[in-house]
Amino acid sequence: MSALLEVRGVSKRFGRAVALDDIHLDIAEGLFFALVGPSGSGKTTLLHILGGFVEPDRGRVFIAGSDVTDMPPAGRPTTSVFQDYALFPHMSVASNVGFGLRMRKVARRHRSARVTAALEMVGLGSMGGRYVHQLSGGQRQRVALARALVVEPKVLLLDEPLGALDVNLRRQMQEELLHIQKKIGTTFVHVTHDQEEAMSVADVIAVMNQGRIEDVGPPRRVYLKPQTLFTAGFMGESNTFAGKVVAAGAGRIQVACTVGRLGLNGEADVGAEVHLAVRPEQLFTRDSDGGDRLGLGQFVAREVTFFGTHQRCVGELAPSGQPLIVRLPPHRSARAGDALSIFVNREDIVVLDR
Amino acid sequence: MTARPLLASVLRRVPAAAYVLAAFAFILLPVAVLVLFSLQDSLLPIPPFRGPTFKWYAEVFEDVRVMAALANSLMVAAASSALACLLGFLAACGLARYSLAAGGAIRWLLAAPLSVSYLIIGMGLLVTFQAMAIPKSLGAIVIGHVVINLPLAFAVIYSQMGEHQSNIERAARDLGANERQVLLLVTLPMLWPAVLAAFFLSFTLSWDEFIIALLVSRFDVTLPVEIWSLLRSGLNPKTNAVGSVVFLVSVAIVAVVEVVIFSRRKSE
Repeated sequence: MSALLEVRGVSKRFGRAVALDDIHLDIAEGLFFALVGPSGSGKTTLLHILGGFVEPDRGRVFIAGSDVTDMPPAGRPTTSVFQDYALFPHMSVASNVGFGLRMRKVARRHRSARVTAALEMVGLGSMGGRYVHQLSGGQRQRVALARALVVEPKVLLLDEPLGALDVNLRRQMQEELLHIQKKIGTTFVHVTHDQEEAMSVADVIAVMNQGRIEDVGPPRRVYLKPQTLFTAGFMGESNTFAGKVVAAGAGRIQVACTVGRLGLNGEADVGAEVHLAVRPEQLFTRDSDGGDRLGLGQFVAREVTFFGTHQRCVGELAPSGQPLIVRLPPHRSARAGDALSIFVNREDIVVLDR
Repeated sequence: MTARPLLASVLRRVPAAAYVLAAFAFILLPVAVLVLFSLQDSLLPIPPFRGPTFKWYAEVFEDVRVMAALANSLMVAAASSALACLLGFLAACGLARYSLAAGGAIRWLLAAPLSVSYLIIGMGLLVTFQAMAIPKSLGAIVIGHVVINLPLAFAVIYSQMGEHQSNIERAARDLGANERQVLLLVTLPMLWPAVLAAFFLSFTLSWDEFIIALLVSRFDVTLPVEIWSLLRSGLNPKTNAVGSVVFLVSVAIVAVVEVVIFSRRKSE
């Protein structure tokens, strides 16, 4: 079965700046898909190309098998939720939500039933008669969502929809977005620069950087086994060690790096330059009983910061001086200057091409 | 003890208050005198004041020529303002939404008539109309007033078309609206306050305008031209009454703008 949304070799330049560089992407039907990356990575440009607001210089876009590359936004089976909501200020909430149906020449009596249902879905059942300026930020967000969903698009495009909300409201809206998406089963493509938001809502994440897709996969895989150094660093804190493969064979490799020689699972050519990446919460202060843990040596903490769920220790490994970040459980007493033995599960270490 | 600082603070405000009073007197005294002596119960609008009487107003409203001129003025103001707003709105949409090669030059050209005196514009129109064999008429005045009001209407409407509006129009297109629907259902209603403001501004300017109206009209004239011909036969309280009517209509328009546009802004 082919994907609902297919992007084939799409490139886009703005003047000299390359916004997108030969993007290939498949998005299966019914997924909550997140495009995540720093600002300027091209994620919003890609979303605008999917919505028909920007024309690609090269490449094609297919939705449900048909080529929509040259189709204006009105003709596409997509609708959008914009960052500033872009609600119609001169219309009531109900007229805002009903606008798309009106454009599709749905009769007035059918319209009002669907508008009511859409408003109830986003928890604004009684707000139809209000005007936009009477609503809070979170309510405007919901109206924008109802307005885009009421026309039953094949794909809903969300352009940093939660960017203007405060943190608590943001978490709440993430949950609601997720519930709504699971309930109606429409494919969502959600752009955000917040990797936690992406992980909390999405079935599949695409990490973008400098106009290219670095990594695509489920949040767990992208976070725990990133495919590139950029992804490892962008999806959360990461310790990386530069190293070189000194021996390989039978699914095992030996990597020489600043902390010594480490035997790891994997395939690589002897002599290849690699990076090893490991997350701070994957480091432990004692060896496991019967597990497969590697000792990385003595760690001297320079700064210890308490975060509630964990303590973050920044320091160096002795004697190599390799900088390291370690997360310790909150109840374990730790102070700057403490020396700790550090261990890591062999399978948690990720080997990345340089 | 307390009286002294109070007195001092009152005294300190005296110069400011006197200045404000003097400024308002300077601005409003001529109008106040005009209105006062329109109520004069004698043949000359000069002190001492006797009255009041409304007989001059009665005479004004019975004067067929003045009433015809008043009707002409209202018609010319309404038509020229509507035309200026329509053209200004379309120009603003075009220049705000599409990046044109000569966009800057076009904006400059649209605003250029603002810097030319009405006398020069009037002379230019006179010559042009003659060359094109367009007769002196109310229609010619309408054209002249569109020339002077279009730059204002354009500037007022253009200033209200920001990035936010353009995003809202994009949302309308995304939901299936074609360009005509975007313009009629989204852009125009969204800019309604700016269009109304431009309309009433144009209306008051056209209502008061004298030079162009004098130059390009012949038999049917507007109220300012009619007042001018009344003045040539000397001052009398009736001209004061006509002037007061002109002034009161302007005040009424300003009041409408205040109520319709600015009260709406506040509620949003």
